[in-house]
Amino acid sequence: MEAFRVHSGLVVPLDRANVDTDLIIPKQFLKSIKRTGFGPNLFDELRYLDPFDQAAPSAVRQPNPEFSLNAPKYAGASILLSRENFGCGSSREHAVWALVQFGIRCVIAPSFADIFKNNAFKSGLLPLELDEAVVDSLFQQSADGDVVNLTIDLTSQQVTLPDGAQVNFTVDPFRRNCLLEGLDDIGITLQREDAITAFEQSHQRTQPWLFNEVNL
Amino acid sequence: MAGIDPQSYPQPVEWTQKSGSMLNSRSATLLVAGKSTMPVAVPIIAVGLSREFVMGRTLYDKLWDAHLVDQQDDGSALIYIDRHLIHEVTSPQAFEGLRLAGRSPRRLNANVAVPDHNVSTDPKERALGGYAGVADATSRIQLETLNGNCNDFNIPLIDLADQRQGIVHVMGPEQGATLPGMTIVCGDSHTSTHGAFGALAHGIGTSEVEHVLATQCLLTKKMDNFRVVLEGEAQSGVSAKDLALAVIGKIGTAGATGCALEFAGSAVRSLSMEGRMTLCNMAIEAGARAGMVAVDRVTLDYVKSRPMAPIGEQWEMAEEYWRTLHSDADAVFDRELIMDASAIEPQVTWGTSPEMVTSIEGTVPTIEEMCDETGKKSLERALGYMGLEQGMKLTDISVDMVFIGSCTNGRIEDMRAAAAVIRGHQKADNVERVLVVPGSGLVKAQAEAEGLDKVFKNAGMEWRAPGCSMCLAMNADKVESGKRCASTSNRNFEGRQGFGGRTHLVSPAMAAAAAVTGRFTHPAHLETL
Repeated sequence: MEAFRVHSGLVVPLDRANVDTDLIIPKQFLKSIKRTGFGPNLFDELRYLDPFDQAAPSAVRQPNPEFSLNAPKYAGASILLSRENFGCGSSREHAVWALVQFGIRCVIAPSFADIFKNNAFKSGLLPLELDEAVVDSLFQQSADGDVVNLTIDLTSQQVTLPDGAQVNFTVDPFRRNCLLEGLDDIGITLQREDAITAFEQSHQRTQPWLFNEVNL
Repeated sequence: MAGIDPQSYPQPVEWTQKSGSMLNSRSATLLVAGKSTMPVAVPIIAVGLSREFVMGRTLYDKLWDAHLVDQQDDGSALIYIDRHLIHEVTSPQAFEGLRLAGRSPRRLNANVAVPDHNVSTDPKERALGGYAGVADATSRIQLETLNGNCNDFNIPLIDLADQRQGIVHVMGPEQGATLPGMTIVCGDSHTSTHGAFGALAHGIGTSEVEHVLATQCLLTKKMDNFRVVLEGEAQSGVSAKDLALAVIGKIGTAGATGCALEFAGSAVRSLSMEGRMTLCNMAIEAGARAGMVAVDRVTLDYVKSRPMAPIGEQWEMAEEYWRTLHSDADAVFDRELIMDASAIEPQVTWGTSPEMVTSIEGTVPTIEEMCDETGKKSLERALGYMGLEQGMKLTDISVDMVFIGSCTNGRIEDMRAAAAVIRGHQKADNVERVLVVPGSGLVKAQAEAEGLDKVFKNAGMEWRAPGCSMCLAMNADKVESGKRCASTSNRNFEGRQGFGGRTHLVSPAMAAAAAVTGRFTHPAHLETL
């Protein structure tokens, strides 16, 4: 996983609440058995006017000029700004992969759905919860026609706004450390192998039926 | 344990037995659990927040404690996973990750795999058997990959040609792969379904699928305890789906974010296991990763004699433990919502989020009713997408398609409820297609043994092969752009059932009534039409 320490980037606004993972990456792209290649289809149904044709996957699509991610002024944006309950719905991690592969390193919203938030941390995407008032003001600045650039420092847990003001935030300490170091969860857990084995043995003594062989 | 006196059976906790003052009028105003910007037509008896001294443990506390491997100072914890269910869509990248790291699954017998999301439900295609008949090449590769991975790693698999194949959340309980007291995970958010058995069950992402395969544990944090108490007798024609939608309408789709949701109260206890599964299935639509119901006689009766359930002395040992799986009388919840189930009417969603719901007798909200700007914008966008006018009656909305099935409502009782409404009627002329998709091969066989398939077919409806089908529309079963579908599934998001498709979430009886009248109709009013 790519580490996340300090990131400066352009903010692209997506002004809606309850952005669900179906919207982020529609199901027709979940047939892939790979972990890559989802970036071009991020927000596919908002981003293009013509539906994706599975029979012609590399056909040139018609971008929706109304959609913020298509606006030239947001080209190269790496911070997505949205509203509450971002990432609700399906557990598909493909939604996180699509955002990251498009070039998004951080999503800012007043709140996130649990599974999405969890998934984001595993792929180096920072789900950054900021107060509704701060989010509102960032939307306002974007609507006023200015592009907004932010610097997000996970080390000091501070966002530097365009006017130089700083806003503090907090990230779960364990998740923060994993992001800062780019740590692999499985590697961390396997260091606790002794504890897992000890638990497993006692669990099997008290609930032996859980360890029966599966004969399908 | 054999021959225990049923009278001595520990009853699930009654909220009315609770000591303390959490339901006094002052505390009732303390908390609105979650935030919904949508008005709802469901009366609330009380909404309370309890901050009493912690005495007993909740069901979730007990399940958590029984699986805690390691707790770190930073709040992160390792919990042990008893059952890992696997399907074709969220697992290929996890198996690939294992291969790349040279790792192998830690405990093979903890896993059960089945293809469901991406399978064709076309009976002709399925009759060809196996994967050769899968017309869509990309889907075939994904399905074959599941088989290949299960073969390579020796993971127990129910494959496409097996009669037990079905939606993972239907198959698990049927086979007894789901048992009370378990921790159960699957790379699918509707894993909350299995909490109906007094289990801690929730969806995980693909990285976590790989993590569970490699370590048999999940790195996680404890959630808050949230109890939803549904008291009273549900009206005739009101199902678990209606109860679930009414709760979501009240607390909103993010209302239980960060929480484990326990459903309790007399209306929940009187539900069958299948009804409880429907309720817990929809917990994720209220933002809760996990939903759960206490173990009682109904649970034990369902589990007993399932193929993977323990037998003999193991059963007795298990039953003794499972009987403790309920919240203690003095357990304290971080949040609590109490609703009068008898006042809940059949529900219909009108918008593009499950919280955009009202009763069949209700109307689509108006912009003036919205409390804030975000709510107004959401309403405008939803009405635009759905092609509806503000203030219109739900019973004036006609439908083009009907879908009966999914992990929410694809079980035998759902098939029976739909058939009971349809029997003696025909599909309405304005309804182009009605898909009835049993949740598993065993549901299909049972329904056919009862002649339900004939009820559907004689009414001009399609009786399909088992799979997730039009709930997420990964396969050929889709709602076409601009078409309106009454669906027993769980999500009405934009594009969920197909690009531009318009979804209204309803119960099986409501979907059946819409299929025969061509518009949303209270099932009880059907005979008088």
